[in-house]
Amino acid sequence: MEAIETRLDSLQDKVAMVLEQARKQGASGAEAGAGLDEGLAATARMGEVETVEYHCDQSLGVTVYFGGRKGSASTSDLSDASLRETVEAACAIARHASEDPCAGLPDPDSLAREIPDLDLNHPWALGADRAIELAIECEQAALTHHREIVNSEGATVNTHHGIRVLGNTLGFLHGYPASRHSLSCAVVGKRGGQMQRDYWYTVARDPLELEAPQAVGLKAAQRTIARLGARSLSTRQVPVIYAAEIASSLIGHFLAGVRGGNLYRKTSFLVDSLGKSIFPDFVHIHEQPHIPKGIGSAPYDNEGVATRAHDLVHGGKVASYILDSYSARKLEMETTGNAGGVHNVVIDPGASDRARLLKEMGTGLLVTELMGHGINLVTGDYSRGAAGFWIENGEIQYPVEEITIAGNLKDMFAGLLAVGSDVDRRGNIRTGSLWLDNMTVAGN
Amino acid sequence: MNNEAFAIARQTLLQPAGLEPAQLEGVIATVLEAPVDLADLYLQFARSESWILEDGIVKEGHHSIEQGFGIRAVCGDKTGFAYSDVIALDTMRTAAGNVCAIARHPADARELITAPGRPRRLYPATDPLHSLGSEEKIALLQRLDQLARQSDSRVEQVIVSLAGTYEVVLIATQEGAMHADVRPLVRLNVNVIMAQNGRREQGSAGGGGRTDYRWFLQQGRAEEYVAEAIRQAQVNLEAGEAPAGSMTVVLGSGWPGVLLHEAIGHGLEGDFNRKGTSAFSGRIGEKVASPLCTVVDDGTLPGRRGSLNLDDEGTPTGHTVLIENGILKGYLHDRLNARLMNSAPTGNGRRESYAYAPLPRMTNTYMLAGRHSPEEIIASVDKGLYAKNFGGGQVDITSGKFVFSASEAYWIEKGRITRPVKGATLIGNGPDVLTRVSMVGDDLELDPGVGTCGKDGQSVPVGVGQPTLRVDGLTVGGTNV
Repeated sequence: MEAIETRLDSLQDKVAMVLEQARKQGASGAEAGAGLDEGLAATARMGEVETVEYHCDQSLGVTVYFGGRKGSASTSDLSDASLRETVEAACAIARHASEDPCAGLPDPDSLAREIPDLDLNHPWALGADRAIELAIECEQAALTHHREIVNSEGATVNTHHGIRVLGNTLGFLHGYPASRHSLSCAVVGKRGGQMQRDYWYTVARDPLELEAPQAVGLKAAQRTIARLGARSLSTRQVPVIYAAEIASSLIGHFLAGVRGGNLYRKTSFLVDSLGKSIFPDFVHIHEQPHIPKGIGSAPYDNEGVATRAHDLVHGGKVASYILDSYSARKLEMETTGNAGGVHNVVIDPGASDRARLLKEMGTGLLVTELMGHGINLVTGDYSRGAAGFWIENGEIQYPVEEITIAGNLKDMFAGLLAVGSDVDRRGNIRTGSLWLDNMTVAGN
Repeated sequence: MNNEAFAIARQTLLQPAGLEPAQLEGVIATVLEAPVDLADLYLQFARSESWILEDGIVKEGHHSIEQGFGIRAVCGDKTGFAYSDVIALDTMRTAAGNVCAIARHPADARELITAPGRPRRLYPATDPLHSLGSEEKIALLQRLDQLARQSDSRVEQVIVSLAGTYEVVLIATQEGAMHADVRPLVRLNVNVIMAQNGRREQGSAGGGGRTDYRWFLQQGRAEEYVAEAIRQAQVNLEAGEAPAGSMTVVLGSGWPGVLLHEAIGHGLEGDFNRKGTSAFSGRIGEKVASPLCTVVDDGTLPGRRGSLNLDDEGTPTGHTVLIENGILKGYLHDRLNARLMNSAPTGNGRRESYAYAPLPRMTNTYMLAGRHSPEEIIASVDKGLYAKNFGGGQVDITSGKFVFSASEAYWIEKGRITRPVKGATLIGNGPDVLTRVSMVGDDLELDPGVGTCGKDGQSVPVGVGQPTLRVDGLTVGGTNV
C-alpha cells in the first residue's frame, strides 16, 4: 500500500484553498475538513476466501458563514473545479438560510494550540494473501471448537489507515494520520431444530494489540454454543446485569441525553440535569480524549476545539454536558470540545468481576445481546429485545431469548447497583458489566 | 435500453472523464481474462441536498456530491471488489487488476440464468433538486412550521427537514450489456415536541418517493404530515404504561408492515439461504404462515421509495411471491446467489453506492389484503394491544427472532379501543409469527415512503405495507406486568 501520509501536505493545501475560495465568495467565516482513507477487507467462510475488498475513499466538506447564516457542502471529487463548485454550493445555501445569532466558528481561544501526538497511526503492511490466511485461521478456531458449530458467517480481517485535515478561517490548519484494524468472526451452532449465531471481534489502532485470531474464533464459538437451547421466560420483574460487551449502549443513552443538541431542542429526558443526581453516589463517568492509541482518541474536535479530560458524572451528579460551540451558545455555556461526539468515555469499574456480580445478584437476568431501537430519548422510556442467560444461585441456569426488557432510563440509572471490573476496552465507551435493579422482563 | 437514462449517464459519468462506453467494456474484458464467472463495473453520480428548519428558522442546508465506480469479479462464491472516487481509465484498470486475483480456481460450468422482463419507467429521469427554487423550499418549511405551531398551543419545538437525491448509474456487465438508470428520491419529515404539565412527548410523520419536490405540494401531502405528527404527539401525551407479556396484537395497516420486512423478508434473502444460516433455509414449500397470508416483494410499483427500474446489477426489478396462502414460495436473489442456487435473479441485487458490492435486498415488501374490515378485527379482540404505528425493527436471521417498536398503541378491551399506551418493543419468532395471523384486513396500505434498511453496513431505501392484521400471541415489551 502506498504511504498515504505523504499526501498530508497536499490535502492541507486543498483545505486552505477551499477556505480562501469561501472568503472570496464573501463568507465571513468558514471551516473545512478533508480525509483520505485506504483499506483492505478480507473475509473467509467455511475455510476458504469469500471476499476481498479494496477500499479507497476521499472526501472534503466545507461549512461557510455569512454572519449568522450557515451553509455546508461536501464532495468525493477533490479536483479543483469540483472544490470550487462545492464552496459555491455551500455559499448558495448560506445566502438562503436564516440569520441565527448562535451560528459561527468557535471562540478562537478554545482552539487547540498544541497538538499532542496520540500515537494513532500504525498502518499494517498486510497483503490480501496474509489477510485471507488470518481470517481462515480465525474461523478455523471457531469451526473446530465443537461439533455443534455447523456453519459460519465467516471471519473478516479489516485494515484501514488514512489522514484527516481540518482548517478554519481563524488560522487553524492541522492534520494527522490514524489507523484502525479489526478482526471479527461469527459462527452458527445447531442443536435439535434450533440454530443460534454469535460473534466476537477485536479492534485496535495498532495491529500488535489485536487479540490473536484463534482467540477471537474461540470466543465466537463459545458464545454461540452457550446460546444453544435458549428458551423464553415468563413475564417478571427482576434485576438485570448488562454484560460489559453490550453495557456501553446504556452509557451511550446517558451521553445522548446530555448532548447539547438534544438539550436545547428539549428532546432529552435529561433537560436541566446539570448538577443533579441521576446515578448513585459511587458513579464516576469521565472523558479521556488523549489516551495513547485509544480508539476514540483525538487531539481536537470537529471544530478544532482542544479536547480535554473532564468529568461527565461525579458522585452520581451530572458534572458536564456534551457541547459543541453552537449548542453551547444556545444554552449560554462554553463548548466542551465535543463537536462530532465524545472521545473515550470511561465509567470507573468496581471491584467485582462478572462471576462475582452474578453471585451478588443471586437471581436475575444476564443480558448479552440487545435488539431493536426501543429508546424514547424525550421521555427516557426504554423497551428492547434481549437475549442472555437466566441466573439462579449466582450461576447461569440456561440461555434465554425472545424476551424484552423495559423500564425508564431515569429509574434504570438511579437503580445502578454496581459496575463490574470486567471492562471492555474495545470501543469509544469503556465500561464493565452493569448491574441494574429491577426491570420488567416480558416473555411467553 | 432506456435511451434517455443512457444519454444522461453518458453525459454525467463518461464525458467528464473523457471515457467512451467501449472503454468500459475493455475494462470488463481485462477482468474476464481471469477465469471468473461474473464481472461488472458500476459507475455512479449522486447529488444530494437537505434543508433543516428548527426554532422557527431554516438554520442550515447541506449539499453533497458523491461519485465513483466499483468493480467486481466473482468466481464461484468468491468475490473480489474494489472502488474509487476517481472515475478514470487508469484507476479502473488498477482496480480491475486487483479484483481478478480472487479467481484462483477454474470457473465452474454453471450457467447464469438471466431474468426475463425489460427495464421499466417507474419514475421520471429528472433532477428533483431543481424542481423547486431555494426560496420555495424555504417557504414550504416555514409554512409547515407555522401550521404546526398554530395547530396546538402545546407545541414547543418543530423540526422540519426536506431532502432530495439525484442519482445516475451506469452498469457494464460481462455479457457486454450496458444499463443506465436515473433515480430521483425525495423525503419530507415533520417532528414536533409537545409539552403539558411538565410532560414532554414527540410525534413525527413524513413521506416521499421517487419523484420531485412538487409531489409534497399536491393533494395536501405536506399538511397531512404536520397533522399526523401533531396527532401522534397528542396521543402520546395521554399514553399510560404499556402492558408486558404475550397477548393478542392488532397491527395497523401501512408502515407496521415493517413486521414482514423483519420477520420474513430478511430471512428470505438469497445469501443467507445459500449459506444455510437463515431460520428459513431449506423450507421452500413448507407452511410458514396461516393460509390467510400472501406476501410479496415488488420493486415495480411506480414512484415508490423502494422501487427501481432495474437493480444495481442491471436486472429488471420484479414481483416476487415470498409466501402464498401460507406456503413459503421463493427467495430474493442477486446474480451471485441466484447462480449458485440455480435460480433466476429476481431483481433484488442492490448496493448503497459504488463503494459497496451488491447484496440481495428487499424493495417494497407487503402482504395482500384479506376480507375483514379493520373495525371487525378490533371488535373481535377481548383484551389486547392495537399497535397502530411503529418505529424501526431488527432481526437475528439465524435464530429467527425479530423485534419492532410500536410508536403509537392502544389498549383494547371487549372489542373496543379504550386508552392510549406508550410505545414498546414487540418480539417474536419469524418462522412462526405469521402462523398466528387469524384475521387479515381489507385495507392494504403501503407506507408513506420513509423506510431505510440496513444490512452489512449498507443502507438502501425500501418500502413496506400490509392490511390491518390480528396476531394471536406476540410478546409486548411494556413495563406493566
